[in-house]
Amino acid sequence: MMIEDLQKISDAERAEAQKYEHHVHVCMETACIASRSDQVKQALTEAAERAGKPCRVKGVGCMGLCSAGPLVKVEPDGTMYKGVTPEDADEIVQKLGDSPVSRLECDTNVPFFQRQVKIVLENSGEIDPERIEDYVARDGYLALYTALTTMTPSEVIAQVAKSGLRGRGGAGFSTGLKWTTVAKSPGERKFVICNADEGDPGAFMDRSVLEGDPHAILEGMTIAGYAVGASQGYIYVRAEYPLAVERLKIAIRQAKRLGVLGENICGTTFSFNVDIRLGAGAFVCGEETALIASIEGRMGQPRPRPPYPAEHGLWGYPTLINNVESYANIVPIMRKGADWFSAIGTEKSKGTKVFALTGCIENTGLIEVPMGISLREIVFDIGGGIPDGKKFKAVQTGGPSGGCIPEEHLDMPVDFESLLQIGSFMGSGGMIVMDETSNMVDVAKYFMEFCMTESCGKCVPCRVGTAQMYDLLDKLTKNEATMADLQLLERLCDVVKYTSLCGLGQGAPNPVLSTLRYFRHEYLARIQEANHEAAFLTD
Amino acid sequence: MLRNYKKPAPPSDDKRWRLVEATMRRHGHDPNALIEVLHTVQESFGYLEEEALQFVAASLSVPLSRVYGVATFYHFFNLKPQGEHSCVVCMGTACYIKGSGAIVEAIEQEFGVKPGETTPDNKFSLLSARCLGSCGLAPAAVLDNSVAGKLEPQQVVERIREWTK
Ligand SMILES: Cc1cc2nc3c(=O)[nH]c(=O)nc-3n(C[C@H](O)[C@H](O)[C@H](O)COP(=O)(O)O)c2cc1C
Ligand code: SF4
Ligand code: FES
Ligand code: FES
Repeated sequence: MMIEDLQKISDAERAEAQKYEHHVHVCMETACIASRSDQVKQALTEAAERAGKPCRVKGVGCMGLCSAGPLVKVEPDGTMYKGVTPEDADEIVQKLGDSPVSRLECDTNVPFFQRQVKIVLENSGEIDPERIEDYVARDGYLALYTALTTMTPSEVIAQVAKSGLRGRGGAGFSTGLKWTTVAKSPGERKFVICNADEGDPGAFMDRSVLEGDPHAILEGMTIAGYAVGASQGYIYVRAEYPLAVERLKIAIRQAKRLGVLGENICGTTFSFNVDIRLGAGAFVCGEETALIASIEGRMGQPRPRPPYPAEHGLWGYPTLINNVESYANIVPIMRKGADWFSAIGTEKSKGTKVFALTGCIENTGLIEVPMGISLREIVFDIGGGIPDGKKFKAVQTGGPSGGCIPEEHLDMPVDFESLLQIGSFMGSGGMIVMDETSNMVDVAKYFMEFCMTESCGKCVPCRVGTAQMYDLLDKLTKNEATMADLQLLERLCDVVKYTSLCGLGQGAPNPVLSTLRYFRHEYLARIQEANHEAAFLTD
Repeated sequence: MLRNYKKPAPPSDDKRWRLVEATMRRHGHDPNALIEVLHTVQESFGYLEEEALQFVAASLSVPLSRVYGVATFYHFFNLKPQGEHSCVVCMGTACYIKGSGAIVEAIEQEFGVKPGETTPDNKFSLLSARCLGSCGLAPAAVLDNSVAGKLEPQQVVERIREWTK
């Protein structure tokens, strides 16, 4: 594989595309397929044949507004259709090049589409994830080729470091620093792992990237492998994502055939392979040391750090472990430069973040926004506010280790530091909006139940503490708790937070702490209710 | 590496064991491949029966206790046979906020099974998941391997009623 070969594929692909006057993109990701987009695609293909129009129908990745699926986009005019059924196919094809079918039209001139900045999702909705040629035609694998043939590994790391990219898996650790540590750690072998366990309920950014643009992850991982000196990579995917696994398998096969993965990549001496490992439904396996144990075929229990995986990881070798979205940022950074990237976002949080916007909100779906945007813009402009005339109450970020953010903090810029400051957490990017009908004590109990069942049981504070806290919250929701119970709950929060071994236990009290901080009156109301009932009984 | 290794025979002449053996061969009978192999067993047989665990343990030279430990640690593995049909209700945050609890309650009431249980006639299993990644369609569930979204409790009960007729 030489640069000319990439160019040839890209030219051929573009020439082929030019033959068609119209391009119809049909979303073929899990959510839209669940609303029959596969049948819509089939019907559109047949309708185009019947009508004899110069039109190409293509399956693509997520276009963002998943709740309005199946989504169909017509290029070059950019018309978007929502809620398309197979029966609509003939009409859509007939109206190509004419005025759009207004009945199905989805206005793209709204903040939901206009306010987004796409880096990670640049190809999602544009390319067919099952065809490497389509990826190459959008400059795919060019960054890898350039890195391998014109840059040293330390130059690659320097560029990633300069971009200011921070890990998108939750904690926001500097990616450049992590790569440097792995590169410097001595070891006869090294490994690169992609964390695609995406366990936070209500988050589906990583699934979308894997299903919509799998080659971007392979290319990012291969560049990482070159930078740190690894020749083997693993993608650890949850078993709940069968379509993502399928698309990754296809992508790996195609990349190997093209010579951009496997032995002697792009004709150089660098070799890199990627294998897929399936998770098996344990949330804690998203934690890096537990994930490594799971790849080694063991129970996924975390171990104390240090030593960090960067020094002592898979089978004891130096291991780079990054999140899906972190890898997805690598190719754009290599292609467009560190300065371009670091010009986006805030001083300490560069680039964009993908969020899964769900819950009680008008526009449910996937959004990519620059860091530093305010929560209010996300919820009310992009998200379109709360449906059915209800009132906003809180937005939950950071999953089971995160917190609930009330109205008064909506104007705060979204970045790693600000979220921590107000008792929440960036997490992987789930954003769940709650309206006035949600009860915060119930929400806290819901997350505690989650942590209690997902606790791996290795350390006492988390194993016992989450169960005790759950019982107290249960008493509260049943109006059976006293002030003493609330004090005990607060003390337990403290103990579990500071003495648990891994992030699961350390973060488990956060939903309670943040709801206590902003919605304490709801807890007190439950206790008052309990007092009333008690008084009533003794009367 | 020279190992005094005698390949154990599969528990029966069921053809599905060949799939399991193929996975083990692909990984060179490496003990590290335990989870991969258990995935294949579950895919082929629907659950992990004790004989299968013993066979996998012997084939990969892993103590049975470790195989059992792994099989019980991960929620995805079933140690009991599943019903002919299954409904996995998502209990992730987005679905919970949108009322997936009501779906589970409706199923519990109508068919007398709790999450993780199977009806006595083995027709139907109710399961729960922690997010199917289709939060945009909350509340979501997997009905016999296909994801369905924006569900109403009654609609799900109807589907299951057809299965259990
Ligand atoms: C309980 C727990 C669950 C986690 N789940 C995930 C996850 O699903 N995906 C992920 O990328 N990181 C997850 N992490 C963070 C990882 O341990 C690790 O920090 C991350 O993969 C590093 O990648 P990054 O530097 O690119 O963010 C989790 C951490 C903890 C403590
Ligand atoms: S904090 Fe919880 S999940 Fe983490 S090691 Fe301890 S018991 Fe396991
Ligand atoms: S899955 Fe189709 S638009 Fe998101
Ligand atoms: S929370 Fe139900 S699909 Fe994500």
